[in-house]
Amino acid sequence: MGRPGEGMKEDRKARINRLKWHCRRALLELDLVFDRFWEHYEENLDVQGEAALEKLLEQEDHDLWALVSGREVTADPQLANMIERLREVSPAANFE
Amino acid sequence: MTYTVRKFDAVIVGAGGAGLRAAIQLSEAGYKTAVLTKVFPTRSHTVAAQGGVAASLGNSEEDHWHWHMYDTVKGSDWLGDQDAIEFMCRKANEVVVELEHYGMPFDRLDNGKIYQRPFGGHMSNFGEKPVRRSCAAADRTGHAMLHAMYQRNIKVNTQFFVEWQALDLVRDADGDVLGVTAMDMETGEIVVFHAKATIFATGGSGRIYYSSTNAFINTGDGLGMAARAGIPLEDMEFWQFHPTGVAGAGVLITEGVRGEGGILRNSDGERFMERYAPNAKDLASRDVVSRAMTTEINEGRGCGPNKDFVLLDITHLPPETIMKRLPGIHEIGLQFAGVDCLKEPLPVVPTCHYQMGGIPTNYLGQVVVPKDGESSVPVQGFYAAGECACASVHGANRLGTNSLLDLLVFGKSAGETAVADLGKSGNAHKPLPQEAIDRTLARVDRLNHQKVGADVHDTRLSMQRAMQKHAGVFRFKDMLAAGVDRITEIEQEVARTQIKDKSKVFNTARIEALELDNLIEVAKATIVSANARTESRGAHVRDDATDTPETPDGRDDKNWLKHTLWYREGSRLDYKPVHMKPMSVDTIELKKRAY
Ligand SMILES: Cc1cc2nc3c(=O)[nH]c(=O)nc-3n(C[C@H](O)[C@H](O)[C@H](O)COP(=O)(O)OP(=O)(O)OC[C@H]3O[C@@H](n4cnc5c(N)ncnc54)[C@H](O)[C@@H]3O)c2cc1C
Repeated sequence: MGRPGEGMKEDRKARINRLKWHCRRALLELDLVFDRFWEHYEENLDVQGEAALEKLLEQEDHDLWALVSGREVTADPQLANMIERLREVSPAANFE
Repeated sequence: MTYTVRKFDAVIVGAGGAGLRAAIQLSEAGYKTAVLTKVFPTRSHTVAAQGGVAASLGNSEEDHWHWHMYDTVKGSDWLGDQDAIEFMCRKANEVVVELEHYGMPFDRLDNGKIYQRPFGGHMSNFGEKPVRRSCAAADRTGHAMLHAMYQRNIKVNTQFFVEWQALDLVRDADGDVLGVTAMDMETGEIVVFHAKATIFATGGSGRIYYSSTNAFINTGDGLGMAARAGIPLEDMEFWQFHPTGVAGAGVLITEGVRGEGGILRNSDGERFMERYAPNAKDLASRDVVSRAMTTEINEGRGCGPNKDFVLLDITHLPPETIMKRLPGIHEIGLQFAGVDCLKEPLPVVPTCHYQMGGIPTNYLGQVVVPKDGESSVPVQGFYAAGECACASVHGANRLGTNSLLDLLVFGKSAGETAVADLGKSGNAHKPLPQEAIDRTLARVDRLNHQKVGADVHDTRLSMQRAMQKHAGVFRFKDMLAAGVDRITEIEQEVARTQIKDKSKVFNTARIEALELDNLIEVAKATIVSANARTESRGAHVRDDATDTPETPDGRDDKNWLKHTLWYREGSRLDYKPVHMKPMSVDTIELKKRAY
């Protein structure tokens, strides 16, 4: 995997790239939300954040949109925190 | 670069509704079948479909496939092939009932039969009055459909290759199709899927437009692959636009908003629909509303800093009504327009929604091309179904709920035909042509080495803006001609895109660059075909096509009752006749399309 010390960096990049691809969804609404999310978080998503996002991305698209749009809430604090971040980067944040 | 070869009886590209339906047919018949998909099957775009699937079951009131056929021919503005339309409408009940048996949780009547609701353009007794024809599973019809069919495929041992991107069609010197080249996104590895039957079910290409209701994944890969392999694309000038997508985002705002009393306004605050449709006003049909909106914008009465959208106003409605009857709209406004629709109007523009054209097929799901003076000769080993294919049942304009039907009927049909053809073929696979494989390797290799070049994101955006401007919902002669030049320029940039990330694992930059290769083919096919068709028909509406007794609403049957075929090589156009003769009933004769 290239020069010494590069392994960790390469791994993170691969993980982030995989997550990014998993953000390609069936609903345009979600694509747009994740697009904005990555603009903000590409550089500084920590390992906990990665894990939370991965878990969130396992949801079915309609359920995921219900959560992101606030029509439904989750009892899972890890997911709730990630949803909060997703909502924060929306233009709605400028508005509320 | 290296690659490996894997052999299958059949390879299907796409695991949305059409791909899953076709796969059931092949796997059930015992053929070794691979299904490739960019995303997990139940995340295919079919999930977005909520309205339902059309079938003249007649569960709530009398209905008949012949009436459904009439509506579809009329909806298509007579460009649809009447044999394929009859085939689809007659098969509808069978495929819907099959789906029920696969476990689809349709909404039901008290007597246990499938509940049906009315939907625009679907009428009883040859256009007399609306009929309940749409079958739905709450507001998750598409999603439930994919689930049921995915489970069925697991049962019959279909082999899924999830997160694989097909790159090119493999065609030999005889013109026969022998499979596809594809990349495993996880590793970047290139594999040739060597098959006796290849079925494309790659969905739509709505991302060629700036404003689109389609998810990012709809990049027309099947169309790009087919075009590069010398297969023409049919009727690409016909795109259905939805009048109310959120400006700048594309997210669809349902017709229900205007149904509940929403009003469209221009920059003067005027309710402009009163001028265009004094009776129906804001509730006029989709195309009338879209055209009026475009005219307002073109004449300088658009809103915003660039005067490029109009407003959908519901601030006069009681907040309780909005929250209760239009759930989701408030949140969509907040999320994608930064607007609280209870207090401020929503910015909207006509937005690309559905592609009527595609890879030319017949009702058997075979891909057909002109050859030796015949207009529709099957390409050996190649089939297509769903939104990427043009059977052609939607002609110049699709009726809502007919596309889910299309993918069930023609997905099945493509699968059945492939099964029959496999039964006739010998055991051996035809030898792979090296040339076709080299073409893929060269494309990937170029991206791995290109140092100075155009940015993928910027180039895609230029293309999307150009398409929106030059080939939108309302078309103008000069704009179309200039659009052909502009897209040709952008095509040059696409050929020299550059990606900074050269890594192998899930390299999204590379995936998107390869997708752009496909988008540009679709964009070019669209603008060139639209520029050439000098009439108005269905969704293709030109300002310079005049309303005369011979050409009602600009439709010119004498010269243009024919399908367009665009070839990538030399950007050449050809035409073929519309099949006016159905399979068993009389031709539905040409008439002015009025509702
Ligand atoms: C918002 C919205 C609502 C709609 N509502 C309705 C409705 O109510 N009723 C109706 O009839 N129609 C509706 N439509 C239209 C309908 O949903 C689509 O036409 C239909 O779902 C397309 O299905 P498909 O199987 O052809 O393609 P898709 O479901 O788009 O599937 C395409 C598949 O191809 C795969 N793929 C693509 N390229 C590649 C590649 N290079 N390599 C590997 N795999 C690839 C994808 O991963 C995916 O699995 C709606 C459309 C939209 C946008």
